[in-house]
Amino acid sequence: MTTVTVVDYLGNLGSVSRALEWLGVEPDVTDSPQRVLDATHVILPGDGAFGYGMEQLREKELIDPLREFIASGRPFLGICVGMQLLLSESVEFGLHQGLDVIPGRVVPFTEAANQDRDFKIPHIGWSFLGEAGGDGDGAGDRPDAWQGTILEDLTVGDSVYFVHSFLAQPTDARHTLAETRYGGEPVCAVVASDNVTGCQFHPEKSGPVGLRILKRFVELESIA
Amino acid sequence: MPADGRGPIRIIPKLEVKGPHLIKGIHLEGLRVVGTPEEAALRYYRDGADELIYMDVVASLYQRDNLLEVVRRTAEQAFIPLTVGGGVRSLDDFKTFLRVGADKVAMNTAVIATPELITQAAEAFGSQCVVVSIEAIRKGPGRWEPYTDSGRTPTGLDAVEWAVRAASLGAGEILLTSIDRDGTGQGYDLELVETVTRAVPIPVIASGGAGRPGHVGDVIISGHADAVAIAHVLHFNKFTMNDIKSHLLSSGIPVRQAPQPLERAS
Repeated sequence: MTTVTVVDYLGNLGSVSRALEWLGVEPDVTDSPQRVLDATHVILPGDGAFGYGMEQLREKELIDPLREFIASGRPFLGICVGMQLLLSESVEFGLHQGLDVIPGRVVPFTEAANQDRDFKIPHIGWSFLGEAGGDGDGAGDRPDAWQGTILEDLTVGDSVYFVHSFLAQPTDARHTLAETRYGGEPVCAVVASDNVTGCQFHPEKSGPVGLRILKRFVELESIA
Repeated sequence: MPADGRGPIRIIPKLEVKGPHLIKGIHLEGLRVVGTPEEAALRYYRDGADELIYMDVVASLYQRDNLLEVVRRTAEQAFIPLTVGGGVRSLDDFKTFLRVGADKVAMNTAVIATPELITQAAEAFGSQCVVVSIEAIRKGPGRWEPYTDSGRTPTGLDAVEWAVRAASLGAGEILLTSIDRDGTGQGYDLELVETVTRAVPIPVIASGGAGRPGHVGDVIISGHADAVAIAHVLHFNKFTMNDIKSHLLSSGIPVRQAPQPLERAS
């Protein structure tokens, strides 16, 4: 029996819950460490600042349970700030340590992007997904790397909804599953490592494409 | 993916609601009933709308519950960003809209009276959900004045200066409506949109004036709009989302195609 736990620690969780309900899944929205440990799937959403997010996880004594859940091989999905928290550290409002599940940093968009008035920061809106390290060609194809992941039903050129001012930079390029481009820069859109996936964008606000991502996630099985 | 990396430009149906009805005004007055807001919103969602905006144009307290119900039901069925505005007077009003399913809340009259409310909302809920709505009337060359109360009350401010100030106070986006063009179908006020878009570091949603798909292309290319709101040409079925997006695509403007629907699990 599948129990999808949505971690209640930072901001508005309604939209993630409504999307799961559309998929026929009744989520367990909780800040209980025990219920995180008991779940079959965990979603860590999050709107807000990185440092405040970690502080909330610490206060609610969720850091060790989240790490333990991830180490167990069960499917884990971070969304937006919940994705960024998977990395080692962020420089948003000072240097903050993350969950350090995926080595790398969370950094601001470069000055170059900031100064181009056609690319406002925050990056708000839809962007096309492409293969990591890809040149953006191959619209309509599904990269082999996406097979068996939450991106299984997507093809290059599908668009998803982003709201962010900072971006994840995994140290190991193999941890970037999909990219988009903004202000001429490649932007890490999806990180993945074994049972852990993180979306910089909001699948719960990305229309049917996003719903298909969440559907694949709740159908993933433990790798243990 | 276009070479410059600019993603799809957001095309956003704006639904003006009054109680249970979807209405559309001309110059924000002379309101006509054109259907139920929810049906229209869900049709636009299926047709590939990139976001939705609900504006409660009467915004009286006794109708507020009705709007909240409309927002709640829409958010359960349309999985795209939803902005709600009209009559938001306080942080409590703001929170109420977020709780029923809005992703962003637009404010006009309240933040003209109390600009600090922008900062308070940004600090409480994040800038990404704070939309400042500016409804402006052209007063002379390069000069526009913001109005409140659906275009009835002048503010004495300059629209461009106000937009810059709103951004610096923590607004995440500007919803910029030309009252002169609203509902006329004569095209967007390109100069207004370009002036504000160039002046602020945050995204600007151009609103007011779409009469045909070409107008939408104009405000993206000449006005540099970050996103475009469309109302009466959609509500009166003059053009569909697909007509507009097809036109934009043929003009070289990246758009998001209407995706294959995913039905609700039984």
